[in-house]
Amino acid sequence: MTNSTHKIIVEDLDFYYDDFQALEKVSLKAPANQVTALIGPSGCGKSTFLRTLNRMNDLIEGTQVEGKVLIDNEDIYQDDLDVVSLRKRVGMVFQDPNPFPKSIYDNVAYGPKAHGIKDKDKLDDIVEKSLKRAALWDEVHDRLDKSAIGISGGQQQRLCIARALAVNPDVILMDEPTSALDPVATAKIEELVEELKENYTIIIVTHSMQQAARISDYTAFFLTGEIVEAGPTEKIFERPEDQRTEDYITGRFG
Amino acid sequence: MESSNLKQKIGFNILRLSMLVILLILGVILYDIISKGIGVINWQFITAAPKNGMTEGGIWPAIVGTFYVTVITAVVAVPLGVFAAIYLNEYARQGKITRLIRMAIRNLAGVPSIVYGLFGLALFVNVLGFGTSILSAGLTLGLMTLPVTITASEEALKAVPNSYRHGSLALGVSKWHSIRTNVLPYAIPGILTGTILGLARAAGETAPILFTGAAFFLPFLPQSLSSQFMALPYHLYIMSTQHHDIAKVRPLAYGTALVLIVLVLSMNLIAILLRSWLRKKNK
Repeated sequence: MTNSTHKIIVEDLDFYYDDFQALEKVSLKAPANQVTALIGPSGCGKSTFLRTLNRMNDLIEGTQVEGKVLIDNEDIYQDDLDVVSLRKRVGMVFQDPNPFPKSIYDNVAYGPKAHGIKDKDKLDDIVEKSLKRAALWDEVHDRLDKSAIGISGGQQQRLCIARALAVNPDVILMDEPTSALDPVATAKIEELVEELKENYTIIIVTHSMQQAARISDYTAFFLTGEIVEAGPTEKIFERPEDQRTEDYITGRFG
Repeated sequence: MESSNLKQKIGFNILRLSMLVILLILGVILYDIISKGIGVINWQFITAAPKNGMTEGGIWPAIVGTFYVTVITAVVAVPLGVFAAIYLNEYARQGKITRLIRMAIRNLAGVPSIVYGLFGLALFVNVLGFGTSILSAGLTLGLMTLPVTITASEEALKAVPNSYRHGSLALGVSKWHSIRTNVLPYAIPGILTGTILGLARAAGETAPILFTGAAFFLPFLPQSLSSQFMALPYHLYIMSTQHHDIAKVRPLAYGTALVLIVLVLSMNLIAILLRSWLRKKNK
């Protein structure tokens, strides 16, 4: 059943907000070092699903999870799992860029510092590497001490990506990371995602089917809390098996 | 068209009038106290103890007493209030019980100060045996100020966007560390402002210290936590209503009122300056 090339394996996942069932029998295998896109209309459960992967849903009261989520073959919902260290391994980028009102440097260094790295040279190194990986270094290297609130939305989102990279995760979850950005900034993030997959497994929720088609290797189509169809992106977009997938992709609804 | 214009004018003027009435009241109070009190204010009035049955001399022991008792109030009300607010806003499961606790806290803020005074007399002075002392009075004022500091701190914490909390948690940072480094710093300006306003109110209270430690007259400063003390509001109360020669000491009473008002207003001013300074620093 388990497969070493599958970073994340989800089996029969049910998710409830109080009495409302938001996910029903969701199963998915996300390949390592690839981009998996989650698409579907608003309210289909794709963001809820994404947040089950780093247990951010735990923060919402009255939620309940059944089923299995394995990351590196480890069930992340087992009782004695350390959620804090899980989130170190599974980073997240939010829909709206959420830089902290600190300097650019302190935003990136925030995670490593919290995890106990005090050495200034080491922190400098992490900040530089993370910003370079997030393709932001060239734009901000001469103003690292300036507030992160003052840079553009697209830069802020790349800063948030750098911030996530700084704690050295191996999975990155992205929740519609470009929905608040203009086309130029969006293109930059998309380019970045394609570069990042070399070192990270990326799961991205997106509203835009074009975006899914452009950047993902693997796509799962969500509808009313279920996965209708999942497979290689090319196949989902060119030869969907389910009529509902085809309807969605050709723009007949959603 | 014309009538709606007229209505708007009337409405606007009612609002303006309300504002003017408030300013007028404040102005009259300040004018009254300043004009009648400024005459006795001099270096000796500030730095000397009362003399000759409080018909002469100054109010230094009352200033010092008010300062000390406010410090004790702060020591009680600030940490407890902030910690309680952090628990309520960040940790407690939101539901019926937390709603009930919040309601209780809001109601405590509305309990008359004389009731706190009686409670302090029963608990601190008698049951715990602290006697009528600056400690009992400070604890009583602290209790009275707690609802204010809890509420102000909670509001300040609520104003910190959830994205700071989630952003930090998503990096695998523990909840306590997230709160300490990425929530609390942004709530501090609001917490400080609310807290100082609460302390300023406590500094001007008479009823809670009436039976718990304030003294009619002491020619010396409080020596320890178990000493009695003089306080500005209580001194003012004595001078205005209990003195054997009220007419004679009236100017001194006004002088005391002026000092008390200046003290409270400067605490408020400090709160405002501190807030704007911290806001700038956080930008």
